[in-house]
Amino acid sequence: MMYAVAQFAAVFATALFIFSLYWMNDPKTARRGVVAGVTGMLVAVVATWVQPQIIHHGWIVVAIVAGFIVGVPLSQVPLTAVPQRTALSHAFGGLAAGLVGTAEYFLGLGENPAELTAFRMSAIVAEVILGFLTFTGSLMAAGKLQEVKWIPQRPVTYPGQNVVNIGVLVVAVGLGVVVVLHPTAPWSGHAFYVIVGLAVLFGVLLIIPIGGADMPTVISILNSYAGLSAVAMGFVLNNKLLVTAGALDGSSGLILSIIMCRAMNRSFTNVLFGAFGTVQKTAAIGEQKEWKQETVEGAAQLLEQASLVVIIPGYGMAVAQAQHKVRELYDQLTKRGITVKFAIHPVAGRMPGHMNVLLAEANIPYTALVEMDEINPEMPQCDVALVIGANDVVNPAARYKKDTPIYGMPIIDADKARAVLAIKRSKNPGFAGIDNELYVLDNTWMLFGDAKAVIGEVVKQLAGGGGLH
Amino acid sequence: MIDSLMATQAVPAEPVAVDYWSMLFVFVLATFIGLGVIRRVSRLLYTPLMSLTNAISAIAVVGSIVVTGADYPRTIRIIGAVALFASMTNIVSGFLITDRMLKMFKKQ
Repeated sequence: MMYAVAQFAAVFATALFIFSLYWMNDPKTARRGVVAGVTGMLVAVVATWVQPQIIHHGWIVVAIVAGFIVGVPLSQVPLTAVPQRTALSHAFGGLAAGLVGTAEYFLGLGENPAELTAFRMSAIVAEVILGFLTFTGSLMAAGKLQEVKWIPQRPVTYPGQNVVNIGVLVVAVGLGVVVVLHPTAPWSGHAFYVIVGLAVLFGVLLIIPIGGADMPTVISILNSYAGLSAVAMGFVLNNKLLVTAGALDGSSGLILSIIMCRAMNRSFTNVLFGAFGTVQKTAAIGEQKEWKQETVEGAAQLLEQASLVVIIPGYGMAVAQAQHKVRELYDQLTKRGITVKFAIHPVAGRMPGHMNVLLAEANIPYTALVEMDEINPEMPQCDVALVIGANDVVNPAARYKKDTPIYGMPIIDADKARAVLAIKRSKNPGFAGIDNELYVLDNTWMLFGDAKAVIGEVVKQLAGGGGLH
Repeated sequence: MIDSLMATQAVPAEPVAVDYWSMLFVFVLATFIGLGVIRRVSRLLYTPLMSLTNAISAIAVVGSIVVTGADYPRTIRIIGAVALFASMTNIVSGFLITDRMLKMFKKQ
């Protein structure tokens, strides 16, 4: 009877999870998806908890309460910190999988060695390697995103790095094969610890050479790993619900990784082993053109006379927390009958969809957010392209300059607009460390300063001058 | 068929003859469903999508509940409790932040 309850609950939860993701196809229905997800989760947890083999309840209650105590504050972080929160949750997911795999192995070793069949052992080893490498890899990614002091932001590379990284993984997997073949030998337990250690190490090594611009891809890949480790856990525990939910998570991470890679014109291996983002010390381009600086008043005037303004936000907008000022600018312009659109590059920001969430937070209607592919044909009709803290995603060098790391990356055609206004914090190059040709074009004017402050000034100009018309 | 399945489940201490092929089958099908469904997700919602799938994959909590609550040695159960805590954190923060973000997406 209880078995049937558990199985029915699992099927029911599976259906709800699929609906939950299905409803994410439209912002209008998306919140229903959360309700479906929570319901599915609740059903599955209760159905598991009431099973007769669960006889100790105290620790379960304690762990759940602790999960709430940590989880609730984690859900209230500012939206600019969402990438690191996401990385942190991948770390928790990996940790849970790694720990359960470890527990299952030693449980089998101590109580019931016959249960450690080759298939089950393979699943345990896969679960533990994936789980622990996701754990430390995601912790490192979260640390980099949070700009923790002792984790270097810039990619760290050294000669033979890829050989070392792949070597560590190969040794871990090789040792895993040995343990699968001899799960109960006297030394197997120790070998198992070594596998755990190597997976932990590999996670760290994997993220050390990765720079900020690659974070959207890396977070997606880690998302995929976290899902796959849940799948492996499902195999170990003989639980189809876990396999299904893990597969949904894994395929989501996979699709996002592919989209991110395409948006940068790079392959998985290139992201993981390419050490993008090291400052390129290429010889200065033949003629060094000068930027033209624009005043706030001039910028306001230019915007006022436009009929189509396209705003291109980047990570700089997030760093400056400028989204609310951008909203004020949006209001000022739309009030004058000017069409304002936001051009969103898939890898703008530090995780997939980062810009959309920030702009939505500032109450900008999502109908004004336009994807790169849709906005590019419109760019020649655009009067002013306003670049806010974006850099590599608008660099025309990506189209033709083969020696830059961003060569071949699809960009937003800001340079095709009649005029370009670019707000930039400093005169340093962007994350990829490349000079941006957009800034020295004839029709480009620069506004240097903190994005929030600069836009605030422009808004003040527009608000003040509005009465004169 | 169902009877034999129930028998294996009822006595978990016995070596269980798990049908791994059917698990693999489920995995492959679920991956295809996942690819089909995720491909249709609005591009506006990739950030909430990631926190939602994160919360959903924390269904691993059911595994941790068994490891923590069954009649196992103390050390095993401690490991289980830590895993349970980690999954629970993901469930709570994942669903809450997803909803918080989705609330912000307005048409006008």
